[in-house]
Amino acid sequence: MRMMLRPMKRLPLSLHLGAALTALLVAMALLSLLWTPYPAEQVRVLARLKPPSLEHWLGTDHFGRDVLSMIMVGARNSLAVGAAAVGLGLAAGVPLGLLAAGLGRWGDEVVARLGDLVFAFPAVLSAILLTAVLGAGAVNVVLALALFNAAVLARVTRGAALAVWRRPYVGAALALGRGPLSVTLVHVLPNIAGIVVVQATVLFAVAIVNEAALSYLGLGIQPPSPSWGKMLGDAQTYLFTAPLQAVFPGIAIALCVMGLTMLGDGLRDWLDPRHRSSGVL
Amino acid sequence: MPTAKQRFTLAAVAVLVLAAASQAAMAQPRTDLVVGMQLEPPHLDPTAGAAGAIKEVTYANLFEPLLRVNADGALIPALAERWSVSDDGLTYRFTLRPNAKFHDGTTADSADVKFTLDRARAADSVNAQKAYFAPIASVETPDPRSVVVTLSRPDGLFLAHMASGDAAIVAPETAATNKQKPVGTGPFKFDRWVAGDRVVLVRNPDYDGPKPALERVSFRFISDPAAQVAALKAGDVDAFTLFSTYEALPEFRNDPAFKVMVGSTEGETILSTNNARKPFDDVRVRRAMAHAIDRKTLIEGVLYGNGVAIGSHFPPHREGYVDLTGMYPYDPAKAKALLAEAGYPNGFDTTLRLPPPPYARRGGELVAAMLAEVGIRAKIEPVEWAAWLEKTFKGKDYDLTLIAHTEPLDIDIYARPDYYFNYKSERFNALNDELNRTQDQAKRNALYGEEQRVLAEDAVNGFLFMLPSVTVQKANLTGLWVNRPVQANDVTGAAWR
Repeated sequence: MRMMLRPMKRLPLSLHLGAALTALLVAMALLSLLWTPYPAEQVRVLARLKPPSLEHWLGTDHFGRDVLSMIMVGARNSLAVGAAAVGLGLAAGVPLGLLAAGLGRWGDEVVARLGDLVFAFPAVLSAILLTAVLGAGAVNVVLALALFNAAVLARVTRGAALAVWRRPYVGAALALGRGPLSVTLVHVLPNIAGIVVVQATVLFAVAIVNEAALSYLGLGIQPPSPSWGKMLGDAQTYLFTAPLQAVFPGIAIALCVMGLTMLGDGLRDWLDPRHRSSGVL
Repeated sequence: MPTAKQRFTLAAVAVLVLAAASQAAMAQPRTDLVVGMQLEPPHLDPTAGAAGAIKEVTYANLFEPLLRVNADGALIPALAERWSVSDDGLTYRFTLRPNAKFHDGTTADSADVKFTLDRARAADSVNAQKAYFAPIASVETPDPRSVVVTLSRPDGLFLAHMASGDAAIVAPETAATNKQKPVGTGPFKFDRWVAGDRVVLVRNPDYDGPKPALERVSFRFISDPAAQVAALKAGDVDAFTLFSTYEALPEFRNDPAFKVMVGSTEGETILSTNNARKPFDDVRVRRAMAHAIDRKTLIEGVLYGNGVAIGSHFPPHREGYVDLTGMYPYDPAKAKALLAEAGYPNGFDTTLRLPPPPYARRGGELVAAMLAEVGIRAKIEPVEWAAWLEKTFKGKDYDLTLIAHTEPLDIDIYARPDYYFNYKSERFNALNDELNRTQDQAKRNALYGEEQRVLAEDAVNGFLFMLPSVTVQKANLTGLWVNRPVQANDVTGAAWR
C-alpha cells in the first residue's frame, strides 16, 4: 500500500486530454502546410454560404471559400502568433525576472515598475492601442502580446527565483565562492523551469484568444490569410441568415484554448513538487 | 353594494368600451416614425461638417437651403419660393417665402441668407464644401425678401450647390449653437438628442408651408449589422435607410410585413489609385488592373447583386451618362500581358488601405483576391475614418484605397490639382473649364460624356459600381425616398397608410 502512494509516474488526466487536443491542432496546422481540401484563399462568390456537404465538409463562407481549409490554415496562423508571442515573451521576460531577483534593490524595483506599467492596461486594450498606433497586422499583434507576456513571465520568474535565492544551498554555493551568474544558471534556472513552462503554456492559450479577439475587430491577421477571429467577425453579420458560419471557427477557438489550458493545468499538477509528493494522483 | 352579477356586467362593459377605444385608436394612422441609421452624426450643423449622417437627419426636415432637391433629384423651392438667373449666368436673384420663420420665432429674411453665404465663403469658414461658395463675388439684400448673388465666374452647378445641405440657411443668433441645438426653418424642429441612441424631431406647428403628416420622428443609430436586422424584425425601428446588410434582403422581401426598396445613390465606388506613385503612374499598369477586376462578381459578392457597374466616374441614372463598362472587359490574361509590357512580368507588391464601411472592407478583400490572380499582391490595411482622412485623403500617402464618392456630380474632382488621386490631365482640365462656361444642357451633357471617356481611357481609378440606396421599411409606410440624389432622410412626405 505504501508503495502505491509513493510519487508515481502516473500523469494527470487533464495532461492527457490537453496534450491530445494540442497535438491534434498542431498536426492540423502542419498538414495545412502540405495539403488543404481547397486553397484557403480561393474565392468563388457564386458558391457562397453553402452548408456542410461531401464537397465542402464544413461548408463555404460568404465569399465561397472552403471553411475547413480556412480553419486548417487558421490553426497554423493562430499557433504561429501564439508561439511567437510566447517565445518573445520568454526571451525577454525570463532574463529580466532572473536579473531582478539576482540584482535585488534598484534592479528589482525597475523591473517591477516596468511590469506595473504594462499591467496598468488589460492585454487586449494595450494591444488595441498599439495596433492603432503602429497599424493593424500580425506582426504588431505579436509585438503587443509579447510585451504583455514578457511582463507576466518576468514577474513569475522573479517571484520563483527569489524563493530559490533564499534556499540554504544557494547560500552555501555563494559561500563556496560561486558568482551570482553561476548560481542563477546552475541552481535558480533549473528549479524554476517547471513554473515558467506552465505559465508559458497558459499564456499561449491567452495569446490565441487575444489574437482571435484582435482579428475579430479587424486589427489582427489580415486577409487573404485566414484567421479564426476574422472568420467569427465576418460570421457576425450572418447570424440571422447563415448561423453555421459562426459555429466552426467558434469550436476551433474553444477546442484550441481548452487543449492548451488543460495542458497547462496538467503540467502544473505534474511538475509541482507539492502535488507530486501528495501521492493522490 | 353591487351584486356579483352587476359587478361582472360593469367589468364586461368596461372591457368593451376599452376595446372599442383601442379599435378607434388603431383606425387612426400612427403619427410617429422611427428611422434607423447606421452612423450617428458627430453634431447637427450641416454647414460645418462633411459627415453624411448630419444631413441625413437635418436636410429638408430641420434645415432648408434656398432651394432643395426632391426625391427625383429635381431642384424645387425651399426657403426661396422662386429664383432667376441672368443671361450671362453671373447674377442670381432669389425671392424668399413671405412668412418663413426660424424655430426660435425670428423671421427668416434676406439678412439671414447673406449671413449664411458670407459665413460659408469666409476665410475662416469651416464649411465642408467651401468650394461651392467660392464663385460668389457679392451678396446683396435689396429688401427683406430678395437676395441677389453675383458670381465672379459662371458656374453651371451653382443652383445645385445652393440646394445642398452645406448651403442650409442659418440665423446669426443661433449659428454658433446649431451643432448641439439646431435651429432651422424646416417643417420639423429639434426636440432632443440622446447621445449614442437617437435624435428626436417634432413637427413645427408654425411652419408656413404644407404640414407634414408625422408629428414625431426619431432617428435611431444602430451600427451593428445583426442588430439592425433584429431591430427591424422586433419593430424597434419602422424603417432602415442605407441598409447595408444585403444578405438579409431576401428574407425581408419574402415577408409581407416589410417592403424593400433598392434605388440609386450618387456614390461612385472606386478603387482610388495614387496616379503619382510608381507603378501606378504607368497607364498600362492601371489598365491591367481594370482588366483584372471582375465587376460582376464583385457586385455579387459585396452587394448581393444590388448594384450597377460603372466604367467611369458618373452615375448611370444621370443625364449625360455614357456606358463605358465594356472598355476593359474582365480578362486576367490581358492584364498579365499589360503588366509584363509595363515591366512587371511577375507582378508587384502594393498596399490597399480600407476605410470601415462594409462595402469597402468586403470589396477590398475581393479586389485584393482578383489582383492576386494577375500577380499584384495587395497587402490589406484596414484603417479608421480619421486615419483614412488624415493619411489618404489629405496626406495623399497611399497606393490604393477603396471608397464611394457620394457627392452628386463630382466628376470635377479630377480637375482639382491637389486632389488625392494625383491625376493631372490637360485634356480633362480643358473639358472641365469649358463645362463651367457652358449653360446649355445638351452641350453640358456632351461634355460630361467626353470627360467620362477621358477618365476611362486613362483608367485613372478602378471604376467599380454604384452604391445602392437600400431601404427596408414596414409595408404600410409611404413617402420615403427610393433613390438618394442627395444625402437625406426626407421625412416631410412620409405617412402611415
